[in-house]
Amino acid sequence: MPSNNGSDGFPSALKLLIAGGFGVGKTTFVGSVSEIEPLRTEELLTTASVGTDRLTGVEQKSTTTVAMDFGRITISRDHVLYLFGTPGQERFWFMWDELSGGAMGAVVLADTRRLADCFPAVDFFESRGIRFLVAVNEFDSGIRYELDDLRSALDLKPDIPIVHCDARDQRSATGVLISLMHHLLASQAPR
Amino acid sequence: MRISETDDDNWFDDAAGRLIRPYTVSNGRTEPSIRMELLSMVIATGRRPHGHLGPDHSQALDLCSGVTTVAEIAARLRLPAVVAKILLSDLAGWGAVDTRAPDPMADNSNPAVLETIIYALKQRL
Repeated sequence: MPSNNGSDGFPSALKLLIAGGFGVGKTTFVGSVSEIEPLRTEELLTTASVGTDRLTGVEQKSTTTVAMDFGRITISRDHVLYLFGTPGQERFWFMWDELSGGAMGAVVLADTRRLADCFPAVDFFESRGIRFLVAVNEFDSGIRYELDDLRSALDLKPDIPIVHCDARDQRSATGVLISLMHHLLASQAPR
Repeated sequence: MRISETDDDNWFDDAAGRLIRPYTVSNGRTEPSIRMELLSMVIATGRRPHGHLGPDHSQALDLCSGVTTVAEIAARLRLPAVVAKILLSDLAGWGAVDTRAPDPMADNSNPAVLETIIYALKQRL
C-alpha cells in the first residue's frame, strides 16, 4: 500500500483511463503495468433509453451494470496512479461521469483488425478535452501497419501521439504510459 | 453451486455472484451520507464505533487498516461502488474512518508531478 506521508496523511490518487473496443487488450494492459492483480469495480447506471418509439410518449429507462477493471502503481509517498480500463462492450460507460471525471489522461488501445472500434473513445476524449494518445496493440496475427497510415485512417489530429505497443509486455505497456506523460507535459494548455 | 468457505460474511457463488442482494447490505439506501468518489482515500482511525457492527460494515472497516481507495474496497467486498460508499460513509460518520476526496486539479497538470511519474515509471522498465 502507498505509505501515509502526504501533507494531511493521505497520498493523492491520480486517474488514467485505458480505453478501446471490446477485446483489444485493456485489462491485459492494466495487468501488465499494475503492481496488484487487476480488481473490478462496478456500478448500476440508469439510462434513458434511446428508443425510437415516440408514439407512446413514455420515456423508457433501463438499468445497466458497468464494470471496470483497474490497477495501481505507487509513484511516491504522495502519489498513486490508478489505471481504469473502460468496459469496451458497454455502450454507456461514458455516462458514469465519475469514471472519466478528473482523469489526468487516457490511452486509447487500437487493434488494426478492428480499427473503427476505438472511434467512440477517441471522439469521447476529444469532446471532453481529456488528453490522450493512441497505442496500437500488436497482435501476432495482425499486419504491422505504418503509424502514419494508421494516423490517417483514424483521422487523428497531428498533435495526438500514436505508438505501437504489446499490451502483454510490462516494458512495452509502461513505455506507453511514459509516452502519455511526455504528451501531458508537452501540452500544458488549460483544459 | 459452490460457495467459498472463506467468505462466510460475504456469500459469493463463483457462478451466480453475490448471493445477498447488494442493496440489502445498504438497508435499501442508494445514496451515501457523505460525498465519496471512487478515488477518495480512506483509512481506519482506530476508533471502533459503539455497539455491534454488522458483518458488512465490519468487513469494510477491516479493509481500511492501511490507506486505500473506495474503489479497492468496493472491489474486495465485491459490491457495487455506491453500496461500498454507503458503508464507508456510515463508518466515517461514526468516526471509525477518515476520508479525503481526490483533488485532481491540484496535480493533473503539475509539471513536477508529471516528472515524478516519468521517473518512477522508468524505474519499472
